[in-house]
Amino acid sequence: MSDTHAQTVSYVRETMLPEAEPPVGNRGALLWVRENLFSGWLNILLTLVSLYVIWWALAHTMPWVFRGIWNAGSLSECREIRDATLPEGTSAACWAVLSDRWQQLMFGFYPRELYWRPVLALVIFLAAIAPVLFSHMPRKALWLTAASPFVMFWLLWGGSVWFPVSVALGFALGWAAWRALAPLAGTLIASIVAVALPVVYWLYSAGTLARELDQAMPLSIEYVPSQDFGGFMLSFIIGIAGIILSLPLGILLALGRQSDLFIINKISVGFIEIIRGVPLIVWLFTASLLLNYFLPPGTNFDLMLRVIIMVTLFAAAYIAEVVRGGLAALPKGQYEAADALGLDYWKSMRLIILPQALKISIPGIVNTFIGLFKDTTLVVFIGLLDPIGLSNAIRASTEWNGIYWELFVFIGLLFFICCFSMSRYSLYLEKKLQRGHN
Amino acid sequence: MTTTSDAPKAGFRPSQLIYDTRYRSMTIQVIAFIALMLGLSWLVSNTIANLSALGKDFDFGFLGQRAGYDINQRLIDYDSSSSHGRAALVGILNTLLIAVLGCALATVVGVLAGVLRLSKNWLVANLMAVYVEGFRNIPVLLWILLIFALMTEATPQPRDFREGGDASMILGDSVAITNRGVFIPAPAWGNGSMILLIVLVLSLVAVWGWRRYAHKVQEDTGRILPIGWGTLGLLIVPLAVAFLALSATSGRVTQPIYVTGAAEGTSLADFGAAQQGINACAVPYSTESLNLRRALRAEGLRFNVVDVTSAEEAIAAAEEGRCNILSLPASTEAATVPAGAVALSDTIRRGSPVQFESPVLGGFNFEGGLQLRNSLIALWLALSLYTGAFIAENVRGGILSVSKGQTEAAFALGIKPSRTMRLVILPQALRVIIPPMISQYLNLTKNSSLAIAVGYMDVRSTLGGITINQTGKELEGMLLLGLFYLVTSLIISSAMNLYNSRVKLKER
Amino acid sequence: MKKSVLFGALTVTGLAAGAAQAATLDEVKERGELNCGVVTGLAGFGAPDANGVWEGFDVSVCRAVAAAVLGDPTAVNFVPTTGQTRFTALASGEIDLLARNTTWTFSRDTDLKFDFAGVNYYDGQGFIVPTELGVSSAKDLDGATVCIQTGTTTELNLADFFRNNNISYEPVPVETNAEAQQQYLAGACDAYTTDASGLAATRATFENPADHVILPEIISKEPLGPLVRHGDNEWGDIVRWTLNALIAAEEYGVTSANVNELAAAPGTNPEVNRLLGTEGELGAMIGLENDWAKNAIAAGGNYGEIFEKNIGENTPIGLARGLNAQWTNGGLIYAPPFR
Repeated sequence: MSDTHAQTVSYVRETMLPEAEPPVGNRGALLWVRENLFSGWLNILLTLVSLYVIWWALAHTMPWVFRGIWNAGSLSECREIRDATLPEGTSAACWAVLSDRWQQLMFGFYPRELYWRPVLALVIFLAAIAPVLFSHMPRKALWLTAASPFVMFWLLWGGSVWFPVSVALGFALGWAAWRALAPLAGTLIASIVAVALPVVYWLYSAGTLARELDQAMPLSIEYVPSQDFGGFMLSFIIGIAGIILSLPLGILLALGRQSDLFIINKISVGFIEIIRGVPLIVWLFTASLLLNYFLPPGTNFDLMLRVIIMVTLFAAAYIAEVVRGGLAALPKGQYEAADALGLDYWKSMRLIILPQALKISIPGIVNTFIGLFKDTTLVVFIGLLDPIGLSNAIRASTEWNGIYWELFVFIGLLFFICCFSMSRYSLYLEKKLQRGHN
Repeated sequence: MTTTSDAPKAGFRPSQLIYDTRYRSMTIQVIAFIALMLGLSWLVSNTIANLSALGKDFDFGFLGQRAGYDINQRLIDYDSSSSHGRAALVGILNTLLIAVLGCALATVVGVLAGVLRLSKNWLVANLMAVYVEGFRNIPVLLWILLIFALMTEATPQPRDFREGGDASMILGDSVAITNRGVFIPAPAWGNGSMILLIVLVLSLVAVWGWRRYAHKVQEDTGRILPIGWGTLGLLIVPLAVAFLALSATSGRVTQPIYVTGAAEGTSLADFGAAQQGINACAVPYSTESLNLRRALRAEGLRFNVVDVTSAEEAIAAAEEGRCNILSLPASTEAATVPAGAVALSDTIRRGSPVQFESPVLGGFNFEGGLQLRNSLIALWLALSLYTGAFIAENVRGGILSVSKGQTEAAFALGIKPSRTMRLVILPQALRVIIPPMISQYLNLTKNSSLAIAVGYMDVRSTLGGITINQTGKELEGMLLLGLFYLVTSLIISSAMNLYNSRVKLKER
Repeated sequence: MKKSVLFGALTVTGLAAGAAQAATLDEVKERGELNCGVVTGLAGFGAPDANGVWEGFDVSVCRAVAAAVLGDPTAVNFVPTTGQTRFTALASGEIDLLARNTTWTFSRDTDLKFDFAGVNYYDGQGFIVPTELGVSSAKDLDGATVCIQTGTTTELNLADFFRNNNISYEPVPVETNAEAQQQYLAGACDAYTTDASGLAATRATFENPADHVILPEIISKEPLGPLVRHGDNEWGDIVRWTLNALIAAEEYGVTSANVNELAAAPGTNPEVNRLLGTEGELGAMIGLENDWAKNAIAAGGNYGEIFEKNIGENTPIGLARGLNAQWTNGGLIYAPPFR
């Protein structure tokens, strides 16, 4: 080919030219800036406005944050230090309130030498949910998960070890009854007995059993009353207890809502809608003001437990909706396949439907947990000392009266860190699940 | 399947209740029903026993008792001698107000942030991401408190608006932003406002007709008429013409000021100097009232306003001595003018169909105008920004869910980008956006119950707060409160579901 | 102790059913702890310190009752209550005693079914305003914006006061004292109204206390005191007479410093002897040990000592005794005779 050209054209390039550098404005940082920030009058305007907003926000907060005073015993001391070291009229944060009171914001009035207990409980919780969240863990580890609530309870409140053990025994009793009766009398009777037996046991013999065992073999750690719980620990306990306890109830409600049985369906729908239609704060007031009316005269138990009960019911309604979404997302073929194998309702649910539905629902459950965790701040309205409640109490002490932003910034930051990392995690799960289905 | 379950005709045996699938579901339901009824009756009997043990009864009579407390923001008449029921109603209206305002602003913020988060501008997209994550991951209660504190600290006090202060009103001295709220001009309705309203209704009808016509033309011929401009013109032009015409005619009419206890023809300034206290009878929100007050303020006089509903009532009130100054139309017959009343040398204008009353700095605070209290604004902003962050994510997800091919196909057909968005992308995205949006609206409404944190008197603070606290009727109060929220939630979700089913693409 | 541990655990899980109505004394003794409802935080009257130990004027009443009943002033379970939850907490038996600057009113005593055990602080509602407003009387507050704590009697008093004087105002309800303080200092309200003691305490913490003035009008009577459930008179007597013992101790010069000495042997004053149990059997009459009053006084001192330590003139709160001086000093604090 080149031969023919050699006669007609005076010059033929035989090698490729090396790639020329793009013009200065079209490469590297400059290109990026032009494309991403200044690619049209609207974009230029937006960029300038954003820059102004960022500059304005930082200019107003950063000096205050970084001039902050960390070492002082009270707000007035802070002010003295500020007036002595900084030019007049400058504002500075008084972070000293955090160095003075951070333990209270984290743990409430929990005895200081026992801080390892809630921390250990949190570690156990994280270990216990691992088999649920990561499918490659051995299935046997689920038994640890089942035992963990009792261990956590014992670690947090302390007292005799026999008390949680005797409560756990009730569940074992129910399970044993079901296993024994199901082949003999059918699942319906077996389930009724499996529910009724533990209830009777808890009401009438669990307390006695725990006391007898305790006398026979005392084994206890220091008891910490609920009033000493506070701060972020309280938020975590209410949030985690709410989610763990609400899962079984939520799943049952979701199944009930999917059920063909008219009355069961209507009861579930009614429960879910009533709970979801009323704000949590009204439920909390119900827990604080009304729950005592609904229980047998003379029954009385502490506010924190009442709150956990209410939060559990509240979360159950939301979990039910999440699980329902998971159930609805399963292809109909799965249900039909289960029927075709001749499995009864509970077996098909337990072995085929729920494992898949729950797996899809995990991101939704995590999101519900984030919402619940944030909503635990509402307990301040009924006098529990969550972080916001504690900030009120701290501001009422003579040393820190009048302090404001520092506490809220700290509380907000901690909530942000917790919730943001959890939401990233749920996003990651969602992505992973999406890959699995495509 | 059918053959096996149809076969046994031998009659009913009790064991079928458990083993036969046809009867078993009945059995389960009956048991569940009995258990539910037992549970409910257990709760009710406990409640009755507990109530009698405490010596309390269950009745709603407290709703009729005198409330005794004041509420700052009230959309209907209320004072401390009104009943608890009325206080609850004031609270309900306040809750509904914040819910409606919040949902509207949250939608705007959410859509804007959701779209901007997809912007090609790196800075804007990331700023929006910071906004969304920041608001989604911090409790709303904290945001409410923070925004309230920010608004209290960052805005000037009314005191700073005085001579020598460093704050001033904006928008031609008609709006004042203070740390007690934003004061904006309030409308006053004068003569002919009814005509304006009729014109407005007629314009709306015309707009509707125009849009139908434009649609029809487009269907028939493909010609696109300027719907937007037409609508705007039809709305504005007739109203403006009517307003100007009315202002030019009846707006120029003046009417005399009648006073008691002064000589005929005294000037307003002299009258004011001679009187101990000035009580002006006026119809609230009317231009006559506004102009009378303006005239009094122009003379630098302090006065009280006695609210009346009509000119006749004003005359009666003046005869009883409840007020000593009032303005009546010049056409009022001499015989009906209150006994002993004389006209001053000053007159006032009757006023245009609509006038706006600007807030002015009074003794402690701004007077006149409409006060949007800080509690309302803080709660409104906090709830909207918080919910807006969630809506932004829904919007972003919705837009991303429409495949790029749709846009490209629309462009290939030669449709303009704005129309592509409106006619191709949005209808499909809305299908994804609307259902979660409904639950966000519900959440916002329920979160408005945190109003007490900033002292906004919603139903939780009136009925569920002070009333329960004063009367000790927790059970009844909480029951009513719960019912109110439940009904509101159900109404919102069913209304939005209705809308949703209209927007939803029809599928096989 | 072992038993109380277990009992506590049972309470936590709600399996323990205690009789809420009667025999509070037996219940408290069995529990080994007094459940005392306090404020969630009010400077000088009740707030936890950095170690989580509750301190304050009202808190001292709880400690004195615990000392009288159980002999241990630290055997108190402090239950923080809000203005809204306090009465239900008491009515439902969650707490045995409410010492949370609560005003003694007719309807609370009768309709809400409580018994007030006495008055530990005579208060009244006042106003604080910035000096630069130039206001010298509450009646000058026509058109003013007033911050007020919600859920208390103060909002009723405020409504009545302005109504009676036929002047207008704009209420700004706030949830807590700290919030009100912040609003007031920012100028979001012209005046802040609450109990005069609270005003003094609040003003003491301002950056420039001299820029604010407490108006002379006291628009209400606010006798604050501890209260118990109606119907358990024995328990009511214990609380009432513990409070009286603190008051009487001040009158007779019994202090935390000399109470042990005085209680060791009968002295010259028979009233002191009866009070401290060295003479007579007053303790047995209310179902307590004979040294109950000694324990109560030893817990935090007599009434005057408690006052001086928590809210007196040497504290940041800086309240003068005023109406709360002993009757011998022209005040209203007066204990019936111990005989």
